Amino acid sequence: MAKHSVAITEYLEIDLDAERWHCRRCGHDIGSARSPYKEGLLVYERDPREIHRPILDPDKYEFTYAPDPSWCRIIEFYCPSCGTMMENEYLPPGHPLTNDIELDIDKLKQRHAQGEGKSDAAG
Amino acid sequence: MGGDKEKSVIEKFLEDNVLFLGPDPEIMESHKMAPISEREEKAMAGFSNADQINLVRHKLQTACNESFDMVEQMGAAPGAKWGDLISGVWTMHGDLAMASMGGVLIFSVLTQHPVKFILKYWKDDPTVGIRPGDIFMHNDARYGNIHNTDQSLIIPVFHEGELICFTGAIVHEGENGACEPGGMPSAAESPFDEGLKMSPFKVGENYEFRRDIMTFLQNSVREPKLQLEGMKSKLFAAMRMEVRVRDAIAEYGVDAVVATLRKTLVDTEQETRRRLSTWPDGTVRTNLFADGTLRENCLIKIRCELEKRGDELIIDFRGSSPEFLNRANNTVLASLKGMLAQEFLSFVWPDLPRNQAVFAPISLRTDRRSALHCSPDAPNAQSMMTFFPSFTAVQIGVPKFLYSAGHRATDVIAGWYNMIVTFLYGGVNQYGELVGNVCADLNGMGGAARWNRDGEHSIAPIFAPMADIGEQELIEEEVPLMKIVPHKLMRDANGYGKFRGGHGYQQIATMKDSSMWGYMCCSIGSKFPSTMGIFGGYAPGCYPLCKVKGVNVFEEMKDHRDLLRFTVEEIMNEQPFKGAKYSTHHMGLQLEFAQPGELYMITQGSGGGYGDVLEREPEAVSREYLDDLISMNTVTNIYHVVLDAESGAVDVAATTAKREAERAKRKKLGKPYKEFVKGWETEHPPEGVPYYGSWKDRSLIYRGSKDDTCPADNIVAVMMRDPKDVRIEKLEAELAAARAQAKG
Repeated sequence: MAKHSVAITEYLEIDLDAERWHCRRCGHDIGSARSPYKEGLLVYERDPREIHRPILDPDKYEFTYAPDPSWCRIIEFYCPSCGTMMENEYLPPGHPLTNDIELDIDKLKQRHAQGEGKSDAAG
Repeated sequence: MGGDKEKSVIEKFLEDNVLFLGPDPEIMESHKMAPISEREEKAMAGFSNADQINLVRHKLQTACNESFDMVEQMGAAPGAKWGDLISGVWTMHGDLAMASMGGVLIFSVLTQHPVKFILKYWKDDPTVGIRPGDIFMHNDARYGNIHNTDQSLIIPVFHEGELICFTGAIVHEGENGACEPGGMPSAAESPFDEGLKMSPFKVGENYEFRRDIMTFLQNSVREPKLQLEGMKSKLFAAMRMEVRVRDAIAEYGVDAVVATLRKTLVDTEQETRRRLSTWPDGTVRTNLFADGTLRENCLIKIRCELEKRGDELIIDFRGSSPEFLNRANNTVLASLKGMLAQEFLSFVWPDLPRNQAVFAPISLRTDRRSALHCSPDAPNAQSMMTFFPSFTAVQIGVPKFLYSAGHRATDVIAGWYNMIVTFLYGGVNQYGELVGNVCADLNGMGGAARWNRDGEHSIAPIFAPMADIGEQELIEEEVPLMKIVPHKLMRDANGYGKFRGGHGYQQIATMKDSSMWGYMCCSIGSKFPSTMGIFGGYAPGCYPLCKVKGVNVFEEMKDHRDLLRFTVEEIMNEQPFKGAKYSTHHMGLQLEFAQPGELYMITQGSGGGYGDVLEREPEAVSREYLDDLISMNTVTNIYHVVLDAESGAVDVAATTAKREAERAKRKKLGKPYKEFVKGWETEHPPEGVPYYGSWKDRSLIYRGSKDDTCPADNIVAVMMRDPKDVRIEKLEAELAAARAQAKG
């Protein structure tokens, strides 16, 4: 963790001095903290049946415990440096990706400069 | 007559001649507390010692807990027995100031609406009024409730002629005379199919129920004795609380009670704001998709934006699905707020008092006539099918604030399982009585993974951390529903991750000794997972309803015990019973009559996973494998662990190498963001998927196809076709095609 950084998720931190997203596993510089972190990651579309295998025989049944791949895809986001899966989304095919975290960086810096907002999170 | 004067005469006439008191938007759309009145200010000024207030508060809190226990012990409804209720004390202005610690906390933020209705409309109405000993009740969710199967009972507490507060209880009573037994009709196509529609009304005086009203209510439901018993248990609980309030008045004075109730709300809001202010400012977004209405599969978008500024949180659901005018899955705005309050009362700040003020710093934005803010014309008996996913949308968004927050009362957690996987039933029991209700098995939802540990297996429902699943033997004493397999954990159906979601159990049900018996189910998530993981953790999979019809397993058991199987997977894949019909379905089952010995099978869901699967401790993977909770396929292809199939011994070096190879594979397969988006994003929802809600632009709402849209600020409600008509049309088309082919 950089000197003035704050952990935002299990895998993401913000370097408050440089205003950059970093990977918490390998320190990779993902991008500007004022932009969506996902734009600095690798993205992969996965057939949900690879993760949620059909428990019932798909030749016999319509519903098998697996998601329907024509309704649902898994979008996985990886750190380009260490390959950690930092986030994923379950979306209908073609649905716009979600800009899921948009923090007020100025307020964040201000809070941490004042010594507030220290997290008791792990890691 | 001048225009203005004429207008005022007409307005006055209309005001004096109200023909119908429907749900009052002024009451129903505000969850804020009433302003502090002069009476309350005077009381707080006179009784302000924090220690004294704490004593009175504990006394009243104990009264709430005591009354909760009373209802739980006395209540005959399955919901009452297993904790689907709360009891509480409301201020003189109708705000819920204190509630029992256990039970369904959704009620904490929506029970004030009917009390405020009573105060606004009945208090000064000469035909109703509020007097000592009066008993009021209600159930209609449009006046403030989760759904119509819940019945509230409230009594006013007076002291020397002054109204001091209200006491009462709300219980999931079950049967309510709807078009299907059990009180939660997924078949309802209008509010009038949902059974009893009790707006807040007086049902008794001098602490006694009016026999004429009781008889009317009993004639309106399938379980008349349960109706009476449920009302009596709630009344006695409310009366016990009144005694406790009087004790507090006798000991500390009336101002002490008035001041404590109000101060509890003031303090709770203040503390909630303080905690919110430790979260980082900013916006967090989630998109979730409910995959059905319980009558058919379709994609129902829940669009959620959490905007945190200072000590306030705004939850913006605009752009979500339109309402379904002939489906029961819509939610009244107040019910949605109640469910969202559950997130904060159960999962974020469970140490705060259970009352309405917890939600005071939180505001909602919704589109009118959306499925999350439905009109009074839309049925809402299965509002859970939209407000549970809405809850999850918030639950998986909150950790993105909470992880770096300065104050945490609990762990960062993934999405809890969020569906009520259980059987509702209706029919004639083994004693020849007509019954209709719900099994408490719904309370066995799988827990979500946390930042530091796995989720618990089948631990608690999303809406009540201290509810129970009941005893199968007790259930079988009352109804002819038997479980061949009551609670066996399901393999490979949980949310994987660094920490995994808790598994859910399989329920394999059958029936005997009844002349007429039917089942219903009400859960979504058969095609698209209903809850999610966080921070790279996967969602659990999907869950179907499975049936084996045309078999009597009791007959089979007599001579062919070798045919029996004890998992859904084995029964469905091996099909051991010759001549039986095996089928799978989504979990929206309207009342379907069954024959003795036929099998109906459902699976309680799992919580979402937390973190990257490649970071899961290999030893933890091994333990799950040895416990038969995951298959070798999951060990190898999901967790990328190498272990001995017999002993479970982990090959550490091989596992490290395999995981490194998987990371390298990800880097090879993954595309840069912009390149990916170019090949992924589409202008409209996919062809062939009935899609409801916004896509790219939240102000444009799709109504089932890419050519059918409406503006979000002027939603046109959706009318769905009868699934049987759709099926008939499909079969007729197939028949016509086959005939044409035969003709050559």
